Amino acid sequence: MIKSELIAKLATENPHLTQKDVERVVGVIFDQMIEALEGGGRVELRGFGAFSVRSRPARGGRNPRTGDAVSVKAKHVPFFKSGKELRERLNADE
Amino acid sequence: MKGETLTRADLCEAVHLEVGLTRQDGAALVERTLDLVAEALEQGQTVKLSGFGVFQVRAKRERIGRNPKTGEPATINPRRVIGFRASQVIKARIDKALGG
Repeated sequence: MIKSELIAKLATENPHLTQKDVERVVGVIFDQMIEALEGGGRVELRGFGAFSVRSRPARGGRNPRTGDAVSVKAKHVPFFKSGKELRERLNADE
Repeated sequence: MKGETLTRADLCEAVHLEVGLTRQDGAALVERTLDLVAEALEQGQTVKLSGFGVFQVRAKRERIGRNPKTGEPATINPRRVIGFRASQVIKARIDKALGG
């Protein structure tokens, strides 16, 4: 499923809203999450999961083409951990 | 740098304020958005949200683990897990905001 399909489905389910409004809602939801992470915060959505930012230390790496040693700077990467309810839904057949 | 934790209530409020829907409509849409993503994953679909990232279901095989409390070996059943890969755009934004 891609974003446009998600929007189309929400729009069909909510005929009292315009497609434009639904698009904006989906945009706001994911923008808010990004902004929270940018601010050094977390996103916690019970039942769905949590997004956080993890820091990765600087390390030595190699250019895979030439084999030259290069240094890779420390960085922050977004991380998602699925929530309990979602994990259970995914493995409901067991 | 410790930021705030964003929750459903914050998302509902933002949708209400920025899109101008009623709180009730906003809350219902936030819930349904998350639920549609969850439903797609449950069906084994990959969910691609451009500018945000990709959620993908991966199958894990059965393996032998250990009960960390007793140290006894235990089989871990095959299961499905969700992987998330953030888009380049958000990786760059977050790394820039938090100073690399």
